[in-house]
Amino acid sequence: MALSGLDIYKLLPKTNCKECGFPTCLAFAMQIAAKKVELAKCPHVSDSAKQSLESASRPPVKLVTIGSGENKLELGNETVMFRHEETFYHPTGLALLLEDTLAAAEIDKRVAAINKLRFERVGQNINADLIAISCASGKKEIFVEAVKKVLSASDFNLILMCEDAAIIKAAAEAAKQRRPLLYAANKDNAEDMAKVAKELSLPLVVRAEDLEQLAELSKKVTAQGVEDLILDSGNKDLTDKIDDLTQIRRLALKKTFRPFGYPTLAITTSADPYQEVMQASAFVAKYAGIVIMKGVEPWQILPILTVRQNIYTDPQKPLQVEAKVYEVGAVNDKSPVMITTNFSLTYYTVEAEVESSRVPSYIISAYCEGMSVLTAWAAEKFTAETIAKTLNECGIKDKIAHQEIIIPGYVAVLSGKLEEESGWKVKVGPKEASGIPSYLKSLKN
Amino acid sequence: MSVEQVKEKWSNQISTLTIGATKEEGGTRTSKVVVGGESTLPYLFDEGQIPNKPVIAMEILDSEPVDWPCVLKEPFKGVLNDPVQWAKKCVDEYKAELLCLRLQGIHPDFGDASADKTADTVKSILQAVGVPLIILGCDHAEKDNQVLPKCCEVAKGESCLFGDATEDNYKTLTAACLADGHNIIGESPIDINIAKQVNILITDMGFDIKKIAMNPTIGALGYGMEYAYSIMERARLAALMGDKMLSMPFICFVGQEAWRSKEAKGAQAEHPEWGPEAQRGPVWEASTAISVLLSGADILTMRHPKAVEIVRKTIDSLMKK
Ligand code: SF4
Repeated sequence: MALSGLDIYKLLPKTNCKECGFPTCLAFAMQIAAKKVELAKCPHVSDSAKQSLESASRPPVKLVTIGSGENKLELGNETVMFRHEETFYHPTGLALLLEDTLAAAEIDKRVAAINKLRFERVGQNINADLIAISCASGKKEIFVEAVKKVLSASDFNLILMCEDAAIIKAAAEAAKQRRPLLYAANKDNAEDMAKVAKELSLPLVVRAEDLEQLAELSKKVTAQGVEDLILDSGNKDLTDKIDDLTQIRRLALKKTFRPFGYPTLAITTSADPYQEVMQASAFVAKYAGIVIMKGVEPWQILPILTVRQNIYTDPQKPLQVEAKVYEVGAVNDKSPVMITTNFSLTYYTVEAEVESSRVPSYIISAYCEGMSVLTAWAAEKFTAETIAKTLNECGIKDKIAHQEIIIPGYVAVLSGKLEEESGWKVKVGPKEASGIPSYLKSLKN
Repeated sequence: MSVEQVKEKWSNQISTLTIGATKEEGGTRTSKVVVGGESTLPYLFDEGQIPNKPVIAMEILDSEPVDWPCVLKEPFKGVLNDPVQWAKKCVDEYKAELLCLRLQGIHPDFGDASADKTADTVKSILQAVGVPLIILGCDHAEKDNQVLPKCCEVAKGESCLFGDATEDNYKTLTAACLADGHNIIGESPIDINIAKQVNILITDMGFDIKKIAMNPTIGALGYGMEYAYSIMERARLAALMGDKMLSMPFICFVGQEAWRSKEAKGAQAEHPEWGPEAQRGPVWEASTAISVLLSGADILTMRHPKAVEIVRKTIDSLMKK
């Protein structure tokens, strides 16, 4: 059971020395209880206190880091089963499989294809994260060679997949700078794999075919001193895997079941490239910390990364775009000007439709605290006054030789007032963004 | 080591909705579609029943689509302006178990087709195919209220699913469906309270709770999918915990939303980094579908035959138990 702030306080030195960054030991204790800081921030805590506090100071799902520096990938530290309860914090790492038995030229080709799996959408960069190199050859030299090749050809993080501890050790030493994830300790090799992970202080996957064995292995490996684990309950049918991922998350969060207090990993099993996308997307939505897949086609990866982008968006904080004048296409001083809010979904939906209309236009995104048109209007953030102010201040006047503004159909009621306030001629656009192309085309005629 | 799993127990279940009526039931359908009835969260088979699989309704239009990209039109070349042939193609070639007729052509901007003409189309489709039918208006309240009751009438006894009833416009359609024995879709704008309110308004008119489907209004993958995802999760949790007025099966307009996004319809020439649209478009639609399936969707209306094929396979693997 987690300890209360007061329980924790009793175990602290009570000197209020402030070295932890908090004014008092009590304040620090409260923060530990809320799982906001780690106990390690207090340099004076005794060893026995440390032990009894371990369970309270550690989050239910440990934060595990793969890689280092700017490219590091952080997983875990999740707190809820459903994103509406809070948010999902650390987006699933997407890993692409590469077998060491590929010919050298094929490895180059595949790595080059993987390196390209970076996209920009709705103002965010989204990309695949890891290359999972598998020791299909079973030979140390070949595996290490492949790992070295990938190291020099890609800055992606690495998963080394090999169940022979001696071989994986050689590869891990070669890739140590990159802080790779080792895959995997199983019931036969756990002791040796744990030794390698401990010696090189690298994160380690434990893999078993059912939850009982997985818990057993997890305990065993942590007892050997490995701190950063990733859990894999084996390859199985889609629903069985969803079941496992759900149970692991539930046990970690609701029962503080330590053996499952780590991020998870799932591997796609389908040979059908379309089903692979479906499986990977399902794993992303259903709690997987890492997904390993084979397909590297952009049409496969983009939707999976977008599922991840959506699911891991903080429901409390709507994404916003910068409030300013955007130019879509080759605009000139006669181009139409539309205004909408700075809620990113609203803005990008409008932008996509303007793009597809092929009518070069200006879009003004007005600052509305990231609310959609109707919400902002209801909250009086998108009114005749605020729009008039935006028109004056955003700099659009210097770009155009007319004074016509197109407002969203949903706020048609603002037209009269806005004409008064701004002196601009107000035109009412369509309610739904999907009506924009035909609307813009009709303007031209 | 033994692991004591955390199992959820629920007190309520989703209502069971039947679309289509066979000869014995006073209709002429050769098959029916039954959805809903879940007493557990999506695909957690150990904690309750999932008696019916989610069903895909293939979408057909009463008139040539005005905003469909080439990739989407391609498979239906030759039947796009003939809803009867289109319906047959979906059933015969793509094995659709359920069709969704969208009455785009009644919209004043897209043909302004009359109630009588549209009712004839509905009749012809019902004669041409044996699968049950969903019939959707054009989102123009006035025109929908003129045309949909007429369609209800000619389809009397067939137990179709009509939509959508909204908070501001539900009476006409509810009354018509009630009179002619159809099911109804209650629509809400990504808002759990309004979803509930619409269901209350419809049932207050004497409508059977088991004949209602909820349209939570989804966004496409990448365009607000997560809002619907969470609204659906919240509604489903509330339903399983006992809220009868949120216990209806979900219908999600997957095809309509997915094909608005530029990631689905954008040409490869403009977005070479995204790969060919022949794969990308259907996969975008299918990925939108898997997202809503995982948050509880029971009926998916979809457009591209390839996307339908992909999602059908996924549903089979989700239900394999
Ligand atoms: S560093 Fe430790 S002893 Fe000092 S105030 Fe913080 S908790 Fe108290």
